[in-house]
Amino acid sequence: MDAEMLASALRMSTPVLLAALAGLWSERSGVVNIGLEGMMIIGSFWGAYGSYAYGPFWGLLFGMVAGLLLAAIHAVATVKYKVDHVVSGVALNILALGLTRFLCIKIFNQATASEHTRAFATLNIPLLDHIGFLKPLVTKVSPVIILALVLVPLSSLVLNRTVFGLRLRSVGENPLAADTLGVNVFLMKYAGVLISGALAGLAGMFLSVEHTGMYVEGMTQGKGYIGLAAMIFGNWNPAGALGASLLFGFAEAISIRAVSSVIPYQFIKMIPYALTLAVLAGVVRRAVTPAADGVAYERGGE
Amino acid sequence: MRIARWVALTLVLALVVGTVAGCAGLGAKKKPKVGIVFDVGGRGDKSFNDSAYAGLEKIMKEYGDKIETKFLEPSGGGENREQLLRQLAELKYDGVVAVGFLFTDAVTKVAKDFPNTKFALIDGFIDKLNDKSNILCQGFTEHEGSFLVGVAAAKATKSKKVGFVGGMKFALIEKFEYGFRAGVAAVDPNIKVFVDYIGTTGDAFKDPIKGKELAQKQIKDGADVIYHASGASGTGVFEAAAAAKVMAIGVDSDQYLSAPAAQQPYIMTSMLKRVDVATYDFLKTVIDDALAPKGTAPKYKGGYKTYGIKDNGVGYAESNANAIKDYKATMDDFKSKIAKGEIAVPLDKATFDAYIAKLPKKP
Repeated sequence: MDAEMLASALRMSTPVLLAALAGLWSERSGVVNIGLEGMMIIGSFWGAYGSYAYGPFWGLLFGMVAGLLLAAIHAVATVKYKVDHVVSGVALNILALGLTRFLCIKIFNQATASEHTRAFATLNIPLLDHIGFLKPLVTKVSPVIILALVLVPLSSLVLNRTVFGLRLRSVGENPLAADTLGVNVFLMKYAGVLISGALAGLAGMFLSVEHTGMYVEGMTQGKGYIGLAAMIFGNWNPAGALGASLLFGFAEAISIRAVSSVIPYQFIKMIPYALTLAVLAGVVRRAVTPAADGVAYERGGE
Repeated sequence: MRIARWVALTLVLALVVGTVAGCAGLGAKKKPKVGIVFDVGGRGDKSFNDSAYAGLEKIMKEYGDKIETKFLEPSGGGENREQLLRQLAELKYDGVVAVGFLFTDAVTKVAKDFPNTKFALIDGFIDKLNDKSNILCQGFTEHEGSFLVGVAAAKATKSKKVGFVGGMKFALIEKFEYGFRAGVAAVDPNIKVFVDYIGTTGDAFKDPIKGKELAQKQIKDGADVIYHASGASGTGVFEAAAAAKVMAIGVDSDQYLSAPAAQQPYIMTSMLKRVDVATYDFLKTVIDDALAPKGTAPKYKGGYKTYGIKDNGVGYAESNANAIKDYKATMDDFKSKIAKGEIAVPLDKATFDAYIAKLPKKP
């Protein structure tokens, strides 16, 4: 184990972390967002397009806005029309797949990959980059990784220490009580889902623009779902989500380095998923779901 | 009311005329139709599938509007492979190229149901075919081409460590691995070769993130030349190599040509697998047979065809002339030895071990 491996683990955990944060914002407002995968897919495509056409900053913006727009469909479906959250989310995942392929053919004239994109200039962390053994970890870092890490305390702060955060959480716990106290339940739910979409779009954009340099169909490889698992494992807390994603990224980094002739390949490739499963099975028992998660709120109902 | 009647009448007339015209079109000598169904990674992988597409493009250029062409891409998971083949066969296509071994089952089934359509299966193997079958399995001696780029890698490495990143771990990609390792060993058996695979399913050919991480690991361990055989995942390998300023070797297509300018200096060569030639050859015979007057002996032959180093079915790319100019002589020397049969390039673990055992030991 060394700094290089940690750097690899950090890169692998960033999209999971962003997806976990995305899931958290939505679920804290009481909307289950299984459509994260689809929002990541659409974010990875539009991020790649924005960066290819106008540069990385626009890629970031395009990716986030694309995720947000897809989330808007989810929000309208679940909050306004009270569609089952899982059904709507799954539908969005399928829609995202088809839509990106369609757009990819229209824009790049080929079905499954974009052209090469331009990434952000990488950063060196000042001061720390002089410490020899830390070098691989603190030099040439993607700014999006730093942004993702900053979003952890920021999410925590906004959720736990601001009026907006309190209202958002109250809507996820007891919407009727919140409504009685004059909180605009629907507005809060919309806010949660839209923030969620933007973050998921950012996660997708990180994959295509920052990690790979191009969009390839299927590149999300289920990371949206793993993000959901990380969110649950992290007990719907940003800090917990960070820990869980790092654990997953770490497992991925191990699986990449654990090549040996003794253990069959298939088992090595299983490590991250097996670990996720084991951790979930062991920990979820004490997880506390937001009380009104996944429940449609009807004014004047009950 | 009256106007409506006129409109209706006109529409009916248009319909009738249209149908008649359509029939007239059919009555004329029908155009040969050929198509391609792509594999995982799809067109735009800048590697395997794009090579097949280049073959189709050449056909389109040559025959122009004398033929009809179509290319289809399976869905993300590839579940509708068989359906797409069937779709082309139902449209009475004369020739269909199925790009990739994953089509093996689908081609077996569809070819049975549509005896008038001829299928080329690239990289796949179906039992008990003969000249008259409507299936042609087209294989390549990838191990021979990989051997040559292995020679280049061994010549170029300064750290005496090189890497191989494979896509899906199974026999086909292992041919690339063992051929490459044999080429490296032929130059210097003491060079260390790191071998990594991305995964064990078709998804491994479209996971550039793992490709990049694996390459970064090999670079960190000291590799300064990395050969990939992983389809669209290879873009990740190039990213890692260019960032660390070490050499990478492409696969299937000449990947120097499709790389962004910043990466080009680091793509020293590519193992060429001329899927374009195989695609072109097959489609050409099918089209020529269809265009030929009745009674001419058909040129198409079913069964098996292997493209090797002898007929330039595999080889290496020379577009980054600067990067390989010092090794070219050695590579060509080995190339002619393989073509003459003086070197039997290993293609799996057993033949590789035997090959290594026979190598003269160097101090």
